[in-house]
Amino acid sequence: MSAPLLEVRDLQMHFPVKEGVFQRARKVCRAVDGVSFALRPGETIGLVGESGCGKSTLGKCIVRLHRPTAGTIRFDGLDLAPLSASQLKPHRRHLQMIFQDPVESLNSRHTVGDILAEPFLIHGLGDAAWRRRKVLDLLGKVGLPASAADRYPFEFSGGQRQRIGIARAIALEPRLVICDEPVSALDVSIQSQVLNLLLDLQREMGLSYLFIAHNLAVVKHVSDRVAIMYLGRIVEFAEADDAYRDARHPYTRALISAIPEPSPHRARERIVLAGDVPSPINPPGGCPFHTRCPHATERCRVEAPALREVPGRPGHTVACHYDLV
Amino acid sequence: MSAAAPSSPPADVILDVRNLVTTFDTDAGTLTAVDGVSLQVRRGRTLGVVGESGCGKSVTALSIMRLLPQPMGRIRAGQIIFEGEDIAAIPIEAMRRIRGGKIGMIFQEPMTALNPVHSIGRQLSEVFLLHRTRDRSEALRLSVEMLTKVGIPSPEIRVSEYPHQLSGGMRQRVVIAMALACSPSLVIADEPTTALDVTIQAQILDLMRALQRDLGMAIVLITHDLGVIAEMCDDVVVMYGGRVAESGPVDRIFRSPSHPYTRGLLQSIPRLSTPRKSRLSVIEGMVPGLADLPPGCRFQNRCPHRIGACASQPTLDVVSSGHEVACHRWRDLPVAAEVRS
Repeated sequence: MSAPLLEVRDLQMHFPVKEGVFQRARKVCRAVDGVSFALRPGETIGLVGESGCGKSTLGKCIVRLHRPTAGTIRFDGLDLAPLSASQLKPHRRHLQMIFQDPVESLNSRHTVGDILAEPFLIHGLGDAAWRRRKVLDLLGKVGLPASAADRYPFEFSGGQRQRIGIARAIALEPRLVICDEPVSALDVSIQSQVLNLLLDLQREMGLSYLFIAHNLAVVKHVSDRVAIMYLGRIVEFAEADDAYRDARHPYTRALISAIPEPSPHRARERIVLAGDVPSPINPPGGCPFHTRCPHATERCRVEAPALREVPGRPGHTVACHYDLV
Repeated sequence: MSAAAPSSPPADVILDVRNLVTTFDTDAGTLTAVDGVSLQVRRGRTLGVVGESGCGKSVTALSIMRLLPQPMGRIRAGQIIFEGEDIAAIPIEAMRRIRGGKIGMIFQEPMTALNPVHSIGRQLSEVFLLHRTRDRSEALRLSVEMLTKVGIPSPEIRVSEYPHQLSGGMRQRVVIAMALACSPSLVIADEPTTALDVTIQAQILDLMRALQRDLGMAIVLITHDLGVIAEMCDDVVVMYGGRVAESGPVDRIFRSPSHPYTRGLLQSIPRLSTPRKSRLSVIEGMVPGLADLPPGCRFQNRCPHRIGACASQPTLDVVSSGHEVACHRWRDLPVAAEVRS
């Protein structure tokens, strides 16, 4: 097996929560609370979970939009976690991000050509004519006409703007792209276009993806392996097909059973979880899922389960005390 | 538009929308958001209205509730017959008595439906005071009872709390309680679970099903999510470009869709059964804005089966009893390659 491109170990992102008249930090939001995984070159890892599970924060830590409070982020052997902004700059080009809302991530006062030329400018690459050629090349790669270069982001539809966001992310031929809910703001008929584009680019450019989304069907479609997150921790990690066919964590099972499938009269049994996701500011002790788990026992209230390998399933890990059938 | 007296619909039809045309006056001129939409909702049943942004599904709902943004939005033609009365034609004061009374409403974002400065109990009581009772303590008692019905734990305490103190799922339960407070015969739900997480969505959909079983109201469920339609609805209307593309029983529309748009949508969604990393089939082109819809068939510029005839507007053809499609070519198309299930 090749050496991992990205190796995250015991990553922690705790935000202080300021309160009271003096705005003193009295509480801690444990957005990411001890996450470890390794991503191989050319691989896609899907990161799934509900809002507040820490999946986006984890993505932002990896591209170092946040500075994690503990843990390491080894990218190509180098730990990015402690680096300063200037130390990070030479590495940033290998590590890009695509956001959910292309409108907010594109500067509306620049033409698309300027937006796409910017990464080259920042890294001092080429002259104006070369950059222009690169921009047209990028537009072609993401399926936009050359004329798009002289127009502004607001002139485009949501799907086209996401194509612009993708073009910018791949401009410097990165090795890893963090995709944070890249299709969830798009219309259904446009989502499949963008997913196909991401898969094509991965094949052509040998990209690795960390694909963050709440839509499990979408995540399963693009991912090789899937990590399911709950309250800042990974609760299950497996090959994508196994995670759906043979899920072992009660949360994963509930999540899968909750997806409304576009086929009437399905035979699947639905597990409806009671209650809400607890706040990461005051997460429950023991297993973080015990407040909603239909199988919780006294042990789950007291002792937090570690990720362990499922017997007979190398690479499939689950954070649950029990072997559910 | 037919001005003739409506032929009476089947007795179990509670809402009968006929040839509804709704327009918006904008700087760019008058835009037609809903262009001759007809749909029927049966008593105690759930009708889904599905489509992408700008297809007119939400404007159809706002038209039915007479809540179009004023003064831009206007019902230009058509009838909205609710329990035998054309509510498109009645004075707005009369409509106010129907809204929240016989017709309940649930919106996507509960925070916009709830008033942040009033307690849950006060807001819910208001509905009862408007429609059911004059006695405040009686209204509060009914409120607590309603909160119990929608599964809010310790409702006696929750009535004195404010919307921001509740989670998204709990807020949507409160909105549902308000919508159902006066035992409406019809509930219009516009993307009721779109803002919620998937496990909370499952709770809310379960709740809506259970309440429908107990209270027997009809539901119009507006959503972009074909999965939600499949799980919740008896019948479905697929909208595109302000018109009905296809309508019929959910089973038939999902098993053998006749319109190229419905087929394209159903085939393009990744499902858990889709082979990983395989190419998804796509609908080419973009979702059109209201200002740049093509003439004739609205879908023609994205349709793989377009012919010359598509330059004229197709009428709704009957495919089988209750299943209608607006396409010139539905008879020529290969039998829907049994959409994966």
